[in-house]
Amino acid sequence: MKVAGPVAELRAALSIDRVRDAATELSLYRHDASHLEGAAVAVCFPVSTADVQACVQIANRHSIPFVARGSGTGLAGGAVPPEGAIVVSTTKMNRVLSVDPIGLRAWVEPGVLNLDLTRHVARHGLHFAPDPSSQQTCSIGGNVANNSGGPHCLSEGVTAAHVVALEVVLPDGAVVVLGGEDPEPPGYDLRGVFVGSEGMFGIATKVCVRLTPDPPAVCTMLMDFDSVEAGASTVSAVIAEGVVPAAMEMMDQLCLGAVEAYVHAGLPVDAATALLVEIVGLPHGVERDAEIVRRIAGEHGVRHVRVAADDVERALLWKGRKSAFGAIARIKPNYYLHDTVVPRRELPAVLAKVYAIAARHDLLVLNVFHAGDGNLHPLLVYDAREPGVMERVEAAGEEIVRVSVEAGGVLSGEHGIGLEKRDLMPLLFSPVDLEAQATARAAFDPTGLANPGKVLPSPARCGDVMTTVPEGAWI
Amino acid sequence: MDLSAFADEVGEGDPVTITGLRTRGGPVPGVRVVGAPAGIDWIQPAEMTVCCGAGTMVAELDDALLAHGQCVAIPPAGTVGGALAVGRSGVRRLGYGPVRDTVLQIRYVSAAGEVVKAGGPTVKNVSGFDLCRLLVGSRGTLGFLGEVILRTRPRARYEQWFCGPVDPEIALGRLYRPVSVLWDGTTTWVLLEGDERDVEAQVGSLDLQAADGAPPLPTGGRWSVAPGAFRELTGEFVVEVGVGVVHHAEPPPPRAVDPAVVALHERLKAGFDPDGRLNPGVDVLAA
Repeated sequence: MKVAGPVAELRAALSIDRVRDAATELSLYRHDASHLEGAAVAVCFPVSTADVQACVQIANRHSIPFVARGSGTGLAGGAVPPEGAIVVSTTKMNRVLSVDPIGLRAWVEPGVLNLDLTRHVARHGLHFAPDPSSQQTCSIGGNVANNSGGPHCLSEGVTAAHVVALEVVLPDGAVVVLGGEDPEPPGYDLRGVFVGSEGMFGIATKVCVRLTPDPPAVCTMLMDFDSVEAGASTVSAVIAEGVVPAAMEMMDQLCLGAVEAYVHAGLPVDAATALLVEIVGLPHGVERDAEIVRRIAGEHGVRHVRVAADDVERALLWKGRKSAFGAIARIKPNYYLHDTVVPRRELPAVLAKVYAIAARHDLLVLNVFHAGDGNLHPLLVYDAREPGVMERVEAAGEEIVRVSVEAGGVLSGEHGIGLEKRDLMPLLFSPVDLEAQATARAAFDPTGLANPGKVLPSPARCGDVMTTVPEGAWI
Repeated sequence: MDLSAFADEVGEGDPVTITGLRTRGGPVPGVRVVGAPAGIDWIQPAEMTVCCGAGTMVAELDDALLAHGQCVAIPPAGTVGGALAVGRSGVRRLGYGPVRDTVLQIRYVSAAGEVVKAGGPTVKNVSGFDLCRLLVGSRGTLGFLGEVILRTRPRARYEQWFCGPVDPEIALGRLYRPVSVLWDGTTTWVLLEGDERDVEAQVGSLDLQAADGAPPLPTGGRWSVAPGAFRELTGEFVVEVGVGVVHHAEPPPPRAVDPAVVALHERLKAGFDPDGRLNPGVDVLAA
């Protein structure tokens, strides 16, 4: 019984009911929302920093890897447990600890759900700006690990811009505060490099977030076009004109049809593409920017402009955008969601290539994405029961990543690298670049026990405990 | 931009220090000095990005972006590389955010004399660890910045400073996202931008008059306090309300640093610069 030691120690440190190792329970934690799988030795549910610290110390004592896990909504395999790892679930650490409505700060535990935080501070006229599509279920700790984005990150920036301090259990078990409530903490921006480190630099146990005031005026417009190119060109032209909407989201025809059948929002199902644009701010500024957007859309042949008359209609239009992933089940039972970024000006050309790649592999592709950021989310839909389909899905996926990088883009805009894109990192980074990233990782985690085998292609570091690549990973 | 000449100049053996225009302290005395290349590689107005050598003057970058109605949120004076290496924001931080959030990609020369790329050229990117944020504010102790890609922002259609005896917290609470709120213990200054009618409507409810600009800032010390702690300040100061940067006549009080954080700094420095040859003697924790 090689594992009896750590599990018994974990139970002694936490409590019996907060350390699970039954086969049925472990199987629930084999994967996140990706297609990749690992195998944990125990799943722990700490309720305090001291609990997390105990988990990490026990992992160190036994030289076994550990992986922090929020809600498990990650799409790149970042929370897939390395073989034999301790899973540290933060779901029971879900309190909002304090809110400062004047200083626009809140201290929260990592298991607080993204949308719950916004609901909690709504009475102060505030919200947490990063709003991933999974915001009802994803946790703040997961947002920190992945540096998550969302539609409204076009004007507000991603999670790194909204986290000012972190209490962290470092991989050696030390508890430190990185960053600070004050604006210029001494030394390196350790907070900044921790955000987005995918659980490989330690486990965040408290997060100090920056809150954003709700805008006094909002204008939400749905505009539809006869061609994807016209919609994409509108996006570039709006930004070039000096208008930065809060969000600019695009849906293509296949997606519009699926979503309309699901939410009945009156979406333009006959259009080639629709653009959801939201402008926020003070009333005159919003009105002026909305006029500019409408003029530019007109110059690009917009067919209709639907302006949300009230909050109910606005919520309906957003529901359409945010339910896309549920709606596609009407087309095929399975989907593979991709995430790359390209320069905005390359959107029309890269989208054309995405359609061609899907066609070549005999797959259906839907596009629903953050057009304002150039952040593509092609959804390859398929039926996993069809023999050989996964090979085609994976081949198409890798081609999509390659054409994005070739167009001057990057591997991921918000899902992260995890296991999924780990071995594609050399498309973007030289060995020297990757060695620098491994150096940062080694400074935080000299023994390599914190979520080893993610992000950096092997063998980036001999200290890392390497896992085998799970089935389904692109390699 | 070809950084090979800069990389050769940095070399890989002897101690070396870097300087721009010496606006923010200059090089380490007694050590061989290098400078980063200057010049704007490209501006992409529709991407809201700009690429330039770290030795480029901030003023030159500002002028070039003005033609496109854009700007970068880094404080004026000196070089781009100097501003990023020091990492201190200007008085518009409340509205524009910290300097580190403007940086998308950095190509730097490592202690081994190699050109290393961190980050990526797009406004959104989570591909790999965020070394850009580690480099901003690292004062040339981890690598020497060679070329950067920055995120630009649209220049405001209209902006106006105001001042008056209004309580700064009331100003901060009532105004929608002011660009700056400054307070010297008695008077509050605010900077608003956007549509002129909105700006007028915003100040209408507060005891504020149009002002020519920000007040003179004391230069004895730059303090960093939690935004909620500004009421406790004494002496001659101007505080950035809602941010916590204090421009004070006196040097800042010493700050204790957690030994585990010190150890993390030492491991990072040892990893990136094993021989301690880059800006030797510069202590980022003491800065």
